[in-house]
Formats: sequence, C-alpha cells, structure tokens
Amino acid sequence: MKNAPSIEEHVEMYRKMIVVRRLEEGLGRLHKEGKTRGPIHRCDGQEAVGVAATAVLRDGDKLTSTHRGHAHYIGKGLDVYPVIAEIFGRATGSCAGRAGHMLIADAEKGLIGGNAIVGAGIPAATGMALSMQVLGRKDVAMCIFGDGAAQTGICHEAMNMAALWKLPVVFVLEHNQFGLTVPSSVQSPVADLSIRAAGYNMPAEIVDGNDAVAVYRAVANMVDRARQGLGPGLIEAKTYRWEGFSTSDMGGYQTPEDIAAWKARDPIRISYDALKNEVGAAALDEIEREAGAEVAAAFAKALSDPFPAFAVPSAYAAYSGAL
Amino acid sequence: MAMMRYAEALNAALREEMQADASVFLFGEDIGRYGGVFKVTKGLMEEFGELRVRDTPISEQAMTAMAVTAAMTGTRPVLEIMYADFVPLSLDALINQASIYEYIWNGQVRMPFVLRTQGGGGAGAGAQHSKSLDSMLAHVPGIKVVAPVTPADAKGMLKSAIRDSQPVVFLEHKLLYNTRGEVPEDADFTVPLGKAATRREGRDVSIFATSRMVLEALKAADALEKDGISAEVIDLRSLRPLDVESIATSIARTNHAVVVNEGWNFCGYAAELSATIMDRCFDDLDAPVARVTLPDMPVPYSEPLEMAVLPDAGKIRDAVLRVVK
Repeated sequence: MKNAPSIEEHVEMYRKMIVVRRLEEGLGRLHKEGKTRGPIHRCDGQEAVGVAATAVLRDGDKLTSTHRGHAHYIGKGLDVYPVIAEIFGRATGSCAGRAGHMLIADAEKGLIGGNAIVGAGIPAATGMALSMQVLGRKDVAMCIFGDGAAQTGICHEAMNMAALWKLPVVFVLEHNQFGLTVPSSVQSPVADLSIRAAGYNMPAEIVDGNDAVAVYRAVANMVDRARQGLGPGLIEAKTYRWEGFSTSDMGGYQTPEDIAAWKARDPIRISYDALKNEVGAAALDEIEREAGAEVAAAFAKALSDPFPAFAVPSAYAAYSGAL
Repeated sequence: MAMMRYAEALNAALREEMQADASVFLFGEDIGRYGGVFKVTKGLMEEFGELRVRDTPISEQAMTAMAVTAAMTGTRPVLEIMYADFVPLSLDALINQASIYEYIWNGQVRMPFVLRTQGGGGAGAGAQHSKSLDSMLAHVPGIKVVAPVTPADAKGMLKSAIRDSQPVVFLEHKLLYNTRGEVPEDADFTVPLGKAATRREGRDVSIFATSRMVLEALKAADALEKDGISAEVIDLRSLRPLDVESIATSIARTNHAVVVNEGWNFCGYAAELSATIMDRCFDDLDAPVARVTLPDMPVPYSEPLEMAVLPDAGKIRDAVLRVVK
C-alpha cells in the first residue's frame, strides 16, 4: 500500500502516543493537586493525529502547532523531559521557562512552534514554505490546526496564497469537534471543512484521526506532492477531545454518550490491535511500561529542577526604547 | 553622489541588497508588474524574477505573519503594506508573533524582515489613507521602527533595516516620494538605525520631529530666525530604539523643547517623547515641553479641513513662541 508506515514506524508511533497519554494524565493529576500554573490544554484521545502526521516529516521539515500541541511536540521529536520542564516553568525547559506549554519551540527539531493565537499557525507554516520555495529547498512545512482555527479569516488568506504559489506546505486539520466549548456544528455550516480546499484548487482527504496508519498514509501522500513542488494539500483528520478545553474548563457540554463512543475508539488501542499480531502483545506491553517509566522519571526530574533567574533582556536593543 | 528622488533611493537600496543577498525577497500588493503604487519597486520584478518579487492578493494579515516566519527560516523578506492605515491588519503578526519569539524562545530564532509602509496626510486621501500610526507600532518591544526623511537616509536606513537581525517597521511618507536629495551611490553606504540627526543647529530651542515633520520644522526654524529665535532641528529618524542621548545633549544647550509628530496627540509618539524628556532632562528645562500633533480626530478630506488639522511650520512656530516666550 502506497506510503503505509513500516511496522517499526508504527511501533514508534504507538510508543509516542503512550508518552503523550501519560504526559496528559500526569498533568491532569498535578492540576488536581494544585501543582500546575495557568491553563493546560490536554489532547487525550487525539494523539494519533499529531504523532502520525509528524512521523512523515524529516528533520529539516518545519512544523507549526497550536495551544494543544503536546502530541505535535513529541511527534516532531522533542524529548518529554524538556517539554515537562517547560510546562512547569523550569530553567531546563525547552525555552528556559519563558514560553509555557502553549508556545514551546525547538528550532533544531523544526518545531517553530506552538501558538496560542488560534489560526496564527496557518500563515506561520505558509511563510516557512514561502521561504523554502525562495531558497529552492526540498523541505516542507506542516501546519496542524483545529476546526476552530479553520473559521478564522487568516486561514483563508494563507491557504489562498499557499495554493496560488504552489508552496510546499501541508495543512493538517485536527478536527476534534469543539472550538473551546462551542461545537463545530455551531461554528460552521459544513461538517466536512475540507470541502473548502476545492475553493483553492487544493487536494484534500478526510481520514479517521484515531487511526495512526490512516493519518500517516494520507499525510504522506500530501507531503510527497508538496516536496515535489506540486503545492499544498489538506488532510482533515476526524477525532475527538476527551477532556475539556483546558484545565480551567468546568465541562458539561460534552455528552457522556459521545465521550464513551470515542473512548471505545482509543487511538492507542487501535494501534495496539493492529500491531499485536505483528510484534506480539508482550512486546507492546513492554513498550507501554517503558514509555510510562520514561514519563514518570521526566516528571520527577523536571519538578525538582530550578526555576530560571529573571534578567531584563537588555542584550536586545529593541526591547528597550532607548539604545 | 547622485541627485535622486526619495522613491528612487529606496529602489536603489532594494536593488543593491537583492543583488548582494539571494535570500532577500519582496512581496506586496501591486509591487511587481506595476512597480508599486509609489513606484518604489519599479523594475525589480524584471531584474529579479517572480520568485523574488511577488504581487500578492489583498491579504495583509497573512502576508505579515508569513514575513515573520519566512524570516525565521533563512530568508530576509521585505513586505510592502501599501498604506500605514492597513497596518492594523498586520498587528497580530507584529504584536503577538514577531515581538515575542526572540525572547520567549530564548534566542532560538531571529526574524530579519522589513515591513515597509507609508503614512501621513496632505494628499487628499481621506481618513482611511492618511494616518500616522507611529506610536501604535513603536509601542511594541522587540520591533524597531524607523522613519527616514531624506533620500540619503531612505537608502542608507533601508539597507541597514534589511541587514538587521530583528523586525524593522520602515515608515515612509506619501509626500516624501518625490522629494530630491544627494544620495551616495556606493553599495557599502548604510545609515545605522538608532541614531538621530541634527538637521539645523540652534541655541534657543530644540525641535524634535519625525518623518515629513522634519521638513516643516526646518521651515519653522527659518521663520523663527526672523523672530530672533535660534532653533535647533533634530530628526528623530529612529523612533525605536530612540536616540535619547542626542535629545538630552541638545536640551542641555537650548533648555527648551518642542516635539512634533503627525500622529494623534493622546497616547501618541509626541507624548512618549515628552515623558522621555521629562525623565531625562527635567533639570535642564526652562519651560514645559510643547507637543505639536494631529488633533484627536479623523483626518478630514476637504483640503481646507485637512490643512487645518495637519501639523505644519506655522503650528510649530506658534508652539516655539509659547515655549520660549
């Protein structure tokens, strides 16, 4: 099958999804204990989209993420430890505690970066693709964004220019059904947002966002096109946000029936079932145990790390009005 | 040296920097085939091709955001926003994106892009095409804002802006494009950002002006000479970072200050200058600082109405006479 992930790649996606799930669960526990700071946006249940979409990318490829980016961060190759340290504002965090969980970047890994202005990641990836085209590079940029971001005006502007100029950018719409508390059906007259791609003469495909293999294959096809200079593509990955918008969300607007139905289609379980005949349940269980231990150790280490010392950024003339 | 129009000096700067550095590229509305509505980019698409000189759709929000991230990933974009009045559409990219990343990402990225735009009144363009939004832009830490008034500075500062590693908003003025002046032709000629220029020396009062208001201040200084007042005119061509030392040095000699900016008065750039002068120069002042600005209202269309609100040499002279009386 064209662009199907190898068994090894699928196992690695399975491992990363578990890392993200343990990260989100750990953050949930620490929030209940009053040990987190500021809102935290969990992605439990939608890990397959970010992990599988980014599994397609090379190191030189660039990624823009959202306020709900933990699966994107881990997918693009960040270790969980500096991510956790950043979430807890420590000097050892990916951005030395300056960014927080919504804005993590690791330029060497091509993650530039999280973005908490909904929709802003779409032109951000498009601008990186513009740069790649001007420089004649064979890299691609990817934007993972949500159904909420799809309603912004800047989404239209960026997709129009991306398609007009055949920029090497892939748009991955992580459709988790909600923009904050408002269901997508109350934000858009169309259920399948990818039909808008036709307006930009851009190919699009809808995939099951809880099936890592399906996401990988669809995204890989679009990345191949973009890398060949054929222009952008849109993948609409249908998934569901199990938890609230953020740790400050009091809930009440997601039905228990919907949550139960989507939990029955847990992306980790779907990959487990697909892989167990290939590599055996014992091997998968061991991977799960190791991933859990890695995340637990990362929490323990990050939480004992020092906080950064504050310094006015005087090294940058433009931060102060006067030279 | 060559006698050039301001627009030609900008064009020369763009051409030289594009010849010297293949990562410099231009995009904006009407800048390619047409050469720009003020002809600043004339001939550049023919010379450098459609990959590096791009006509865009009318999409200022995304264009500005794209300049920010293109700059993060190896290019030096020069974006033209046709009127400063359209820059409010760019503000998310400037305020929430460009201004934060060098700091919050702990120095992992640099953003060497230039946003060129032009503002100001006097051309009968009405309330949506005549504004000066200097203070709104200079308010934001992490972004440099410059406004050259001479053709030589237009060239030299644009070259410096393109070579700068940080975002630079480059403010032109629609009534300056046809002004002429001597411009160095040397490709190595640049004018550093962050330095004010003394355009006329004087003893009795310092007039600090931005953009086209420097020309009005010079006219006012001529008139004041006949009043027996010797006025110094300082061109604050770098709005941020501001050359506070040059301001303080001048006031230490003249003991009087008038600040002139074509933007609104309330919370305006002139207000920031007044506060900065009070912080730094209070003991040197013999009188309160006077501001000459646009009144807090839209720029009207009809010529006598527009002329009534725009700061000019007469209003600057009146302010000086109040300060030194």
